[in-house]
Amino acid sequence: MKMPIQEKLAKWFIWGSALLTVSILALIVGYVMVQGLGQLSISFFLENPRKMGSEGGIFSPLVGTIYFTLLTMLLAIPVGVGAAVYLSEFTREGPLVRVIRFFSDALAGIPSIVIGLFGFAFFVVLLEPITGGWSIISGSLTAFCMILPIIIRVTEEALQAIPNSYREGSLALGVSKWDTVMNVVLPSALPGIFTASLLGIGRVIGETAALLLTLGGSLLIPKSIFSPARTLSMHLYLVAMETGEFGVAFGTAAVLILLILLINLGGYYLVQRLTRRMVGD
Amino acid sequence: MISRLKRSVSVKILFVILVVALLAGGCASADPENTINISGSSSIQPLSEELANAFMEENSEITINVAGGGSSAGIKATRDGTSDIGASSRELESDEREGLTVIPIAIDGITLVVNPESQVDNLTLEQVRLIYSGQITNWSEVGGKDGAINTFTREEGSGTRGAFEDLVMKGAKISSKTGVQNTTGSLRTAVAGDPHAIAYISLGNVNDSIKVLAVDGVMPESETIKNGSYKLTRSFFYLTGEQPRGNARNFIDFVLSPDGQQIVRQNFISISDN
Amino acid sequence: MLLLFALASILVVVLVGLFVFLQGYPLLAKTGFFTFLTGLEWLPGEGIFGILPMVIGTLAVTLGALIIGVPLGVTTAVFLAEYAPERIAFWTRRAVELLAGIPSVVYGLFGMTVIVPLVRHVALNWFGDLLSPEMRTGYGILAASLVLGIMILPTIVSISEDALRAVPKAYKEGSYALGVHQWQTIWHNTLPAAGTGIMSSVILGMGRAIGETMAILMVAGNAPAFPTSIFSPVRTLSGNIGLEMSYASGEHAQALFATGVVLFIVIMILNGLALLIARKGANA
Repeated sequence: MKMPIQEKLAKWFIWGSALLTVSILALIVGYVMVQGLGQLSISFFLENPRKMGSEGGIFSPLVGTIYFTLLTMLLAIPVGVGAAVYLSEFTREGPLVRVIRFFSDALAGIPSIVIGLFGFAFFVVLLEPITGGWSIISGSLTAFCMILPIIIRVTEEALQAIPNSYREGSLALGVSKWDTVMNVVLPSALPGIFTASLLGIGRVIGETAALLLTLGGSLLIPKSIFSPARTLSMHLYLVAMETGEFGVAFGTAAVLILLILLINLGGYYLVQRLTRRMVGD
Repeated sequence: MISRLKRSVSVKILFVILVVALLAGGCASADPENTINISGSSSIQPLSEELANAFMEENSEITINVAGGGSSAGIKATRDGTSDIGASSRELESDEREGLTVIPIAIDGITLVVNPESQVDNLTLEQVRLIYSGQITNWSEVGGKDGAINTFTREEGSGTRGAFEDLVMKGAKISSKTGVQNTTGSLRTAVAGDPHAIAYISLGNVNDSIKVLAVDGVMPESETIKNGSYKLTRSFFYLTGEQPRGNARNFIDFVLSPDGQQIVRQNFISISDN
Repeated sequence: MLLLFALASILVVVLVGLFVFLQGYPLLAKTGFFTFLTGLEWLPGEGIFGILPMVIGTLAVTLGALIIGVPLGVTTAVFLAEYAPERIAFWTRRAVELLAGIPSVVYGLFGMTVIVPLVRHVALNWFGDLLSPEMRTGYGILAASLVLGIMILPTIVSISEDALRAVPKAYKEGSYALGVHQWQTIWHNTLPAAGTGIMSSVILGMGRAIGETMAILMVAGNAPAFPTSIFSPVRTLSGNIGLEMSYASGEHAQALFATGVVLFIVIMILNGLALLIARKGANA
């Protein structure tokens, strides 16, 4: 049977548009790398920014990013995983679960700038005596609100993918529900929880709008979680916009893209290995 | 099963280590006594950073955090006590002044900038006003090559815009079609990339990518600003609570000292020269 | 304890809504919600707060992003679900994930340094005298739509692909058995069957576009005026907050929180809509 011309055209069209999508990615990543890789050197990573970041390196934003990301994940993983465990292990589909799901989806959709407004009014202004105003803890609490839905959703998927026989086996041995979850279900869901965390980290690293209102943007190395700080994304924005120094901005952008690549591909590889080891047990 | 148990234990241990590390980092260094927080106008931020670095070299036990956020945020933060020092690039409203000490630290010139390709070198104050209110729309009307004028402005609330409106617009409205950029750097980028563009930025932010215009025949330079012949100037202020105390007092004393004002002179005009 | 964690999402949404509303309320009470929404002028210096130009700006930019992002996204999803060999599909999916992972400021930087000059070039050389001055800067609806269109691609591709894959095999096999070709089958059977899923991908993409702030701020020109062409500079609702929040005080700050209230409501309506469509899809 010969393929009609319509079919051929459609095939070309579909392949073409997928190619276009990939090319757009290649163009953006390629352009940023060409402009930015030349900026990178050991001293770019290890020097502090000078003159609002138009000169010098990215050491303090790098430290700020690590500090802020760690604290955010420390808040978000226990709560997110806990919520997911509750939703998929300890309760049945009902009105409460549906309401929680709706709000979780709604939270995922709320623009980060609106969450930033909230973070500013609540954590920075109202809770100033506790958070120290613009600080890592204020920024992390704000970012926590943003990534909670991602962690819940992905962890839940991972929990649901675990065969029921695991749970039944453990329960049949007389192990309590709680211990079954802690020792059988959660460990098996580890690759999924890991994926959830990586997605959360990616989102946190890329966030800017909400952090401009809550994290402060100081160029100094943060001394504690109550100090203001600046992440790489904020640094990129502030350098590009305030100083117009595109060299440093592209250098920072290149570092960000490399980080995201590392998280996406490296994370994927680790999840694969983790999964294989799980199955190998 | 055993190996799984082990793994979940090791995950817990990792978690505990992380918590301890973070808390340790958190406790070891929270030292509010020796920290000065400055926040406010982004126009003043680079100057504050230079001043802070110089001060910290002399006083290594002191940490100065310099944050942007804008003049209004700086005023608010100083009133709340979130910041020890606020930086404002605009005059304070009378109700904002309440309970604050306002200290001028530098004089800034507001410069009109165009693309280096532009053939225009000088505009009168009147022409600038007409351009920004949308009544002059072609460069040929002010002595340039034929071409539409693309105007750029800072956003509402910016100290630079406030000063520009006071000094240039004098009650006339900036046309709502004017492109708005919320930072000096992005205004400069817009002008550097567009042969027909005009914008206004702080003197301290001028660089080679753009061309500075004379206004009423006077170029903005430290001399012309000092002797008052260049009219578009404004002051930079530091704000503190009722009376500056302790480290904040010491820092502000340093800023006003000859050494401090020498740093001011690198990009701005010293208040002692005026 | 776990229940508490599970309730955290509800708590956060309620707190966000409550706080943003409380901060914006004094101004909304003073000017009236409707006057605020339909006001033609935004002059914070004079105490005049109207956001209609920004509502229109947001609509224009979002529509532009959908015009660019939806066809490209859906066809890429069709490629992934129906045409691509497994290996190629795998790497294409990785690419789309990476596209989703790129920080919005990087998109903004790319937009500012590549897309804006490109649009300026087109505006000057192809349309030149037809356009009034503010449309020749490169900053505007077109540049913003291009950047946003790319940014919403991952949302549309991944959700549409899921929807296409969820179509029962029987639909396709029945069609093939009748001798209908692949594209014909996709066009007449698979796409309509995945319709609700694709629709929700579009709505979620729309939410993403409306909420985006940083990238838009860097390329849209941000003038609070009514756009008259695709080259006009515009300000979006989220851009309005990002642009002025750092310098605002008093009523001005309240007006920005009130802008946040409007955004919050719009997003909640979109979320409800997505849920409704999903439920309808499940019932059908």
